[in-house]
This record gives sequence, C-alpha cells and structure tokens, in this order.
Amino acid sequence: MPDDVPLLEARGLVKHYRSGSLPVGGRRRATVKAVDGVDLTLRRGSTLGLVGESGCGKSTLTRLLMALDRPTAGTVLVEGQDLLALPSAELRRRRRDIQLVMQDPYTSLDPRMTALEIVREPLDIHRDLMPKQERAPWARELLHMVGLDPGHAHRHPHQFSGGQRQRIGIARALALRPKILVCDEPVSALDVSVQAQVINLFKELQREFGLAYVFIAHDLAVVRHVADEVAVMYLGRIVEHGDRDTVYSRPAHPYTRALLSAVPDPDPSHRGATGRIVLQGDPPSPTRPPSGCAFHTRCWKSQERCGTERPVPTAPTTDGRRQVSCHFPEN
Amino acid sequence: MDHPTVKATPDSPPDSPPDTQPDAPLLDVRDLTVDILSRSGADQRVVHGVSFTLHEEETLALIGESGSGKSISAMAVMGLLPPATARVGGSARHRGTDLLTLPPDRFRALRGKRIAMVFQDALSALNPTLTVGFQIAETIRAHEGVGRREARARAVELMARVRIPDPARRYRDHPHQFSGGMRQRIMIAMAVALGPDVLIADEPTTALDVTVQAQIMELLAELREETGSALLLITHDLGLAAGTADRVAIMYAGRILEQAPVQELYDRPAHPYTRGLLAAVPRLGGDADDLTPIPGSPPGPGLLPAGCPFHPRCPDVRERCTTQEPMLLPAPPARLVACHYPLEVSGAR
Repeated sequence: MPDDVPLLEARGLVKHYRSGSLPVGGRRRATVKAVDGVDLTLRRGSTLGLVGESGCGKSTLTRLLMALDRPTAGTVLVEGQDLLALPSAELRRRRRDIQLVMQDPYTSLDPRMTALEIVREPLDIHRDLMPKQERAPWARELLHMVGLDPGHAHRHPHQFSGGQRQRIGIARALALRPKILVCDEPVSALDVSVQAQVINLFKELQREFGLAYVFIAHDLAVVRHVADEVAVMYLGRIVEHGDRDTVYSRPAHPYTRALLSAVPDPDPSHRGATGRIVLQGDPPSPTRPPSGCAFHTRCWKSQERCGTERPVPTAPTTDGRRQVSCHFPEN
Repeated sequence: MDHPTVKATPDSPPDSPPDTQPDAPLLDVRDLTVDILSRSGADQRVVHGVSFTLHEEETLALIGESGSGKSISAMAVMGLLPPATARVGGSARHRGTDLLTLPPDRFRALRGKRIAMVFQDALSALNPTLTVGFQIAETIRAHEGVGRREARARAVELMARVRIPDPARRYRDHPHQFSGGMRQRIMIAMAVALGPDVLIADEPTTALDVTVQAQIMELLAELREETGSALLLITHDLGLAAGTADRVAIMYAGRILEQAPVQELYDRPAHPYTRGLLAAVPRLGGDADDLTPIPGSPPGPGLLPAGCPFHPRCPDVRERCTTQEPMLLPAPPARLVACHYPLEVSGAR
C-alpha cells in the first residue's frame, strides 16, 4: 500500500437524523444535523484527537467512521477502499481493521464473562483469523501486553479496578490485530492517578504495533498528551484542524481559543490571568443550528457576515497544516 | 471546648440558637468518622477521622479520587446520611454548635439557612414534576414562613441573580426544559436562597461541558464574594481547585493526607501522593509527552493496607510506613501532612 493513501479518510460526511414526533416546543418533526460535512484523514501510526462538547457530533462521527451507521451523504475510505461500497462479507473483514475502545469500563464488559473470554470473543466471531487452539494463548498474551497479570485471566470484571477494566477493553479491541483504534472518551471515567497509566499504555501500544488512533475526548489537556493532530468540532462541523502544537499554542478559531481558555489550569499562580474567555450561554441545539457560522451566536468577534455566510475551511497552511473555518480567524 | 448542651426548643428562632458562639470557627470538623453499617455486622469504615476548619469567607477544596471519602464526609456534615445505614462519629461544629448531635428538627432548620449544598447531578436533585420556580419558592416558604407572593418574587430575583435569562417566564418551566448548566444554576439559586454562610458544592460541574463549567465556577466565585459566605468545594479536579480555593486538603482512603494554602501545596507538595497527583495530571502547558502515573490504584474500603494507606503505591516507602499509620501533623508555617518521610518543602521550588 503506497504511503500517500491515508489509512482512514472521511469525505463530506453528513448524518441527519429525523427526530421523533414528540410535540416538544410545538415543533413536530425536526432534522438533527448531527454530522454536517466532515472531512478527515488519519495517517498510519498517528493519533487524531477529536475534541468537542456534548452534542457536537463526536459520537455520531464515530459510528460513521466504523461503518456502524450509514451516512446521509459522503464516504468513508479505509486504505482507499470505500467501506459503503463493499459487499457485506468484505465489509465484515474490513471491520477487523477498525476496532472500538469504549468510554465506560463498568458497563462495556459483560459481567458474566471472564477477562479471558472477553478478550477472546472477537476471535470466536471472526473465526477464520486464527485456529481455535491459538485463540486462548493469544488472548493471554494480549492481557499481558496491556499490563494485566495473566494469572487473573479467569477473574470477572467486578474483580478488577476501573483502570484494569479499561485495560481489558483495550485488549479486546486489539484481539483482531486492527490497524486503527477508535477510542471514545477512553480515559474520562478514570481517576487522575490511573488515567495517566492508561494514556501511557495507549502510547506504548502505538509505538509497538504502529497503531493509528482516532482519540475522541472532551478533555483538551488529555488530548494534548496523546494526539499528533487535533480536530475541533462544533455542532456537527470541524471548525479547526491541524498539528497539535499549532492548534494548542496558536488557536485560530475563536471557539478553539474559548475551549482552551476554559480548561481548568492546575497551577494557582495562573489564577486571574488576563485573556481568559468565558463563553456565554450553552451550545445551540443541533436541531436548529444558527445560520451562517454555527458559532456566531456565542462568538465575541461575530459580525454581520458570520450570521449569513457559512465559512468554508481554509486551505491547509504549510506550517502546521492548519485549516480553519472562520471569517475572522486569529492570526 | 466543652460540648455544647443542646436543648430541643422548637420555639427558639432557628437562626440564633442559644448555644451559638460568635467567636467559634465557622465550620470546625473534628475526627469525623463514617461507618457503613452492614447486616452481617462487618461494618466498614470509609471516613477515618477527618478534621478541617472552614473560616469565614474562605474557599477550602477537598480534593480526592473516587472512593477517597470526600463526598461522604460532606454528606455526614450535612446530616444527609441515613442513620439506618451509616454511623457518623466525631463532631462538626457550626459556630460552636455541633451539627452531629442536633435533634433532627433543629438540624433541618439550620440546613439551608446556615449551611446549604449544591449537588453534582441537578437533574436528579430537582423534582421533575414541579416547576423550578415553585421549588425555589418552596425552600423560602418552608424556612421563613413568608407568603406565596413574596416567595415567588424572591425566587424570580434569585433566578436573575444566578443569571437565568428571562426569569419571570422561566419560573414556570420544569427541570427538563433547562440545559445542564441552567439546571445547575437553579440548584445554586436554591442553595443561596436563605443566605447561608457555608456553601458545600459537591462536584458542582462534573456533569457539565468545559465552557459551561467555566461559567458555573465563575458564578460560584462571584456569589461567594457578594454574600461573604464560605465555600467548601469537593472535587476530583486539581485544576478547578487551583482556580478557586484558598486552601486545599488532599484526601485518600478516607483520610486527609495533606492540607495547605493552595499555592504552597501546588508549588511544593509535601506528601508523595500529592506530588504523584500533580505529576499525573494532564496539562495544557509543559512537556506534552510526559505523564508520570502513580502505579496501582486507590484501595477499596475493605482492602486497606496496614500502616500508611498510600504505602503500596509510594515511591518513597520505608519499613515504618508498612506498619505504622502516620498522623496528620503540622509542618510550619501553615501545612499539615500525614507522612513519616515528607518531602522537603522549605526553600525554593
């Protein structure tokens, strides 16, 4: 496979849901534009951090990238192959390349199964990948790789701590030797002392297996420690995208600036620092996104044009490959 | 200090109990213990002798990971633990009055009026079948016996004060019609309705998005400033505490391991656990590739090690740590630390 073909690519992804007919607020049926035109590429062995607040469409985008949901428009390509055009048997095979690590290690593991059974299960489903007698040894090796004692392989989830459970979830995601892990808030349920262990585990596994991650999180400080590139989502769109250091040190979109400014800083000497931005109001509902730039209702730089004209992403800069969708970006 | 004698006198005005001592500390918690009762008799201690003092107009943060006992300590102080399932020991004096020995009706009169609480999850703390305005007004009526009209006017005023847009109209809305951030504002309005001098906020922003969290923390700080009340902030977030607190207490396994003025604690942690937390927390600045975790995980309540509860995870552990539990002792000028071998804190960082 040539290097210039991205491992994973999303082109013009759109997902609109028709909401139910509950007569809430007098409206009957509304269209929720959960994902509204997203382009993304994921390079081999790299990590794309996807940040945004609740309702921004991160989870819907995850489902689309994993071909768990059909987009309203657009395509998802893995190594240049359009997932949506694949016959179902081949899609099934392709799915092995993209595996999911879920947020909550308390509800995403079957309490009646042992750690070994949980990690082995994907192999029993994708039976042609590995002969039966090799599956248990491989599952044990995976448990060892994620830092669990293989002697605990026959324990049940409740006998493990939260961090250990998340390690089981990671071992399960690795069972089919995927190329991509989609990690949906994988450390947000963990305590800070344990969170750092799991973040470091993700980085070790990446170095060892050349894995690529789509790392979805609301915590910008966490994402900074794992991502090579960052995409910031707001109401179904990516408003800024670029190399990590570029986006974090010189955010161009006002929303990115506001997000970064809102992250609590664990250093009391920075208290009352100038330039802190506290946004007013809540993110608008995706059933009725504002016209023009979706952020203009909360943006302190908003001008008339922002309310009428939807900004298109700029061409990537040579320095930091930054793209921003804003009429008046920061320089 | 002598144990104040408590007389149940329902006709005495609840805001000036006879045993109130104006010179006593605002809130003084001593040797607080909580045991979770079990039918089999194997009661489990989850809070092991926690002591702290909250001074006038001060913000004290209790920081701890899950299971550290921070929330249950606050619930105990608020008298919110059901006696059938939890036994509370020690004392929690509010201006000299021990809340833990108050008869329930006296405590009820004091709660809300002098000490109020903001909970993490506003959706489950509010009654979904009643309008938010009614719930705020009811709080005022229950304690102050004012008429419906006055209670209503004050509720609308409170909603405006916590910056709910168009409060007179929104008075009639139900909790589900508000966003998470707006619901938390309603909770805060209820908590400050009676002008308490102590506000306990238990993870008040954990369920909220980061931009909304910033708004709520700003509101809490402003209200604390305006009303001159004191704030006990319970959080797992080192960042939130750094931005809000005057003093910080670090909790672990049902104990306070270290307590100090905020800047001192963050600049020069004396307890290895505090140092470990500060090294493990992801930051927006500094080296992006280096996070230093603390090995292992916090102990469950039934699985406490002997000696110092942190010793199995401590990089500086020595023989004595495995057998003898360190006491929380003063480390001048203004620090308390529970460690046999605390880190050097004198001198520059």
